[in-house]
Amino acid sequence: MAAHAHKVKRYRGIMDWLTTVDHKKIGILYLIAGALFFGVGGLEAILIRIQLIKPMNDFVGADTFNELITMHGTTMIFLAAMPMLFALMNAVIPLQIGARDVAFPFLNALGFWTFFFGGLLLNISWFAGNVPDAGWTSYVPLAGPTYASGHGVDYYVLGLQIAGIGTLLGGVNFMATIINMRAPGMSFMRMPMFTWTIFITSVMIVFAFPVLTVGLVALMFDRLFQANFFETASGGSAILWEHVFWVFGHPEVYILILPAFGVISEVVSTFSRKRLFGYSSMVFATVLIAFLGFMVWAHHMFTTGLGPVANALFSIATMLIAVPTGVKIFNWLFTLWGGSIRFTTSSLFAIGFIPTFVMGGVTGVMLAVAPADYQYHDSYFVVAHFHYVIVGGLVFGLFAGLHYWWPKMFGRMLNEKIGQVTFWTFFVGFHLTFFVQHFLGLLGMPRRVWTYLPDQGFDNMNFISTIGAFLMGIGTIAMIINVIVTSAKPRNALADPWEDGRSLEWTIPSPPPEYNFKQLPLVRGYDAWWKEKMEGKTEMTPAEPVGPIHMPSPSILPLVMSIGLFIAGFGFMYDKLIVTFVGMAITLGCMLLRSVFDDHGFHIEVEEQEKGVQA
Amino acid sequence: MTTRHVYENVEMGLKRMKRWRFAKRLLPLVAGMMLLLSGCGRADLSTLNPQGPVAQEQYNLMKLSIGIMALVVIVVFAICFYVLIRFRRRKGDKTIPKQVEGNHKLEIIWTVIPIILLLILGVPTINTVFGLAKDYSDDKNAIQVKVIGHQYWWEFEYPEYGITTAQELVVPTGKKIAFDVSSADVTHAFWIPAIGGKTDANVGVSNKMYLEFPNEGVFRGKCAELCGPSHALMDFKAKAVDQASFDRWVAAMKAPAQMPEDAELAKTFENMCLSCHAVGETNSGASAPNLTGVGSRQTIGGILYNDETPVEDNLKEWIKDPLAVKPGATMPTAEDLGLTDEQLDGIAKYLANYKLDY
Repeated sequence: MAAHAHKVKRYRGIMDWLTTVDHKKIGILYLIAGALFFGVGGLEAILIRIQLIKPMNDFVGADTFNELITMHGTTMIFLAAMPMLFALMNAVIPLQIGARDVAFPFLNALGFWTFFFGGLLLNISWFAGNVPDAGWTSYVPLAGPTYASGHGVDYYVLGLQIAGIGTLLGGVNFMATIINMRAPGMSFMRMPMFTWTIFITSVMIVFAFPVLTVGLVALMFDRLFQANFFETASGGSAILWEHVFWVFGHPEVYILILPAFGVISEVVSTFSRKRLFGYSSMVFATVLIAFLGFMVWAHHMFTTGLGPVANALFSIATMLIAVPTGVKIFNWLFTLWGGSIRFTTSSLFAIGFIPTFVMGGVTGVMLAVAPADYQYHDSYFVVAHFHYVIVGGLVFGLFAGLHYWWPKMFGRMLNEKIGQVTFWTFFVGFHLTFFVQHFLGLLGMPRRVWTYLPDQGFDNMNFISTIGAFLMGIGTIAMIINVIVTSAKPRNALADPWEDGRSLEWTIPSPPPEYNFKQLPLVRGYDAWWKEKMEGKTEMTPAEPVGPIHMPSPSILPLVMSIGLFIAGFGFMYDKLIVTFVGMAITLGCMLLRSVFDDHGFHIEVEEQEKGVQA
Repeated sequence: MTTRHVYENVEMGLKRMKRWRFAKRLLPLVAGMMLLLSGCGRADLSTLNPQGPVAQEQYNLMKLSIGIMALVVIVVFAICFYVLIRFRRRKGDKTIPKQVEGNHKLEIIWTVIPIILLLILGVPTINTVFGLAKDYSDDKNAIQVKVIGHQYWWEFEYPEYGITTAQELVVPTGKKIAFDVSSADVTHAFWIPAIGGKTDANVGVSNKMYLEFPNEGVFRGKCAELCGPSHALMDFKAKAVDQASFDRWVAAMKAPAQMPEDAELAKTFENMCLSCHAVGETNSGASAPNLTGVGSRQTIGGILYNDETPVEDNLKEWIKDPLAVKPGATMPTAEDLGLTDEQLDGIAKYLANYKLDY
């Protein structure tokens, strides 16, 4: 065979990480970068809460505060939450569907590096002294060239544009992977719930992110080339930006929360030793939530003045989402019902997720009542609501998922004792921080205020909220300590470390060899591994004979391409044409290289497989 | 709103859901939560202490939705706690629980009940959406007010009377006030929580909204859309007075402006201040707040309270360095203007004494 002629390409050390196209390593890269940005965003949150600990505080000034809230929101959504989801997607999805890698490994690496350099560009704004300060929503005219004349919002526009490319590539990739690369026998209705939610999420990314891209291009043209998309005086429309942003922004909320739903489904089912209750209704609910998620963006704009017809329609459409979400909640509860529930850090986070997310969900329905929303809108009630959904939902889901799949990713079990500390401090701190914020909003405190006058009934609750934020900080530090402590331990996690694993990732070693499955497994039903275990088998039935395994070659091009975009970003921003050209030349040059030189990858021969190549 | 009222309201809301027989047992809990809610907040600020029919209608919807949602939360919490206690794994338990695929009856129940609950919530929602969208801009009995948001102050124009004021909205009780809300620079949002919900002040297009003030009093208003560094400080006051008093206020606003008695000071005031500001008819259409009767307003700059510090001192603090009070404000400092301390004192004194009798 001709392909055998290609010799095995492998790098060692740092070069290995810079050139890897292995989904497991890319997952780890996403995790490291996401955790880094989570730390930055968390620090910003702590500074925000310190500023608000007492009325008329002057810990940070008004300008800095607006920069902090803008960067906190943008960082947490785009640079912490999304990449950490991508970390789990990368680490788990190919294993769950019985595949050797994603459909487009090169694209996968490119997606990571563009995200990383986009995020880096955005955060360099802190050092450049021009920080975005118009909120993570960057409403114009405040974010337009007249009222944000510095380079701050340029960093937002270009940073997100570059990072957005990465997300879009990831969405395309996972959609293709899940459609095409499932192991023999794994029909759609046999896919694990996490795979389902990632599939739907990927579809949503593919439909929603181009909208953001278009919006950002328009804003970029307004800011850099004096276009008039959003300039009312010249015939543009500022409200158009609100529409564009939320047509992307609302599906984005579901892009964030659906994977968490998937994680919870897996964790709840494993740790109660029970099949997921109502699997098919779960799938249907997920699809319905995604569909409705595209129909409700204007509930972010009830006070914009769209008129009663739009407000009424979007009210009802928004309320409808409660129905499939409720289905999910009850399905989880009834998965636990009659089960044999084991409490681990992972299952604690999953179980803590259920009531917390319900609280975020019901305030969501309350917000959907448009006339009442005239009161809630842009008040601390909204801040409380979306933190309940995003932190109480997504972040709890992430913590549950990380503790659950950590042994699979790294071959080591996280320490349970420290894990419990993480859970309890984070859980209590979270509710302490955000529960009172509902009432702050109802009492008349607007959001995004850098300070407040005394004696308005805000003082005590703000104090409590800040204390809670510190507790959450302690929880996060406990998690970091846990990771450090664990990494010093030997790599001895079993293939099925929780003993009750149900899906394919638990059939292969922890961490898996770089080719994942020596032989692709034959899937004979839902919960493929559980089914085999229950029939007394100790491994999956192979669907192919042992043979050489074809692998994609590592490549430095994704990194270089992203650096090109990063350089071009600065050129655009500071109006240095030459820098733009250099950057774009690097990127386009890499694309040319990639197009003209075929890379057929390499094969791992059977003998080498026996040696056990570790990821 | 007394506790009894709240209790009755909740009870009425719950009666509509007869399926929930056990609801009665939960009532004390719900009522307790309502008590917690209705107990809090300043009467001139909190949305939970509605001081007008618009806020009241919104509050009613809030109560209805909180009632329904509290029920949902309680059901979920109850099942959750029961499950966690009842189905814990005992040490060394190796048994495999029954693998249940699902249950059609249960799944239909938890699809249909939420739909019913949403119908109960959805109908009054739509009703109120259309009710609150009523346009009173052509109503002869309504008072028309044009609200214009500026970084970081509010301008109130009364086109029927040809007067303009800033930072302190004055309205008569018992009449519908038809607002036409827009912005001169960036997006703001016009919000008087105790009287009614907010609407955005957009550039280039205006939003219509009405409010009613049945009770006399001064209510706190806020900007609710991030509009720059001093967004947090973009407060205003809405003062509701009886009709006779309102008429006197209009007359006083229309009366010729009082200028400083001292001719020298009047000239300084005209040169330094009236290039942007206005008093009475002078320099109407100005780009900065109208100062007619500024001495009788409750605050200077929306946030320096004259009942805490004398108005004259507040004025001095403001004029000396507006940016220290409101970061990002466009008014130049006294030093930039080249005002001497003497002139500053004179202007502050004049403005502090510029009161309207109404």
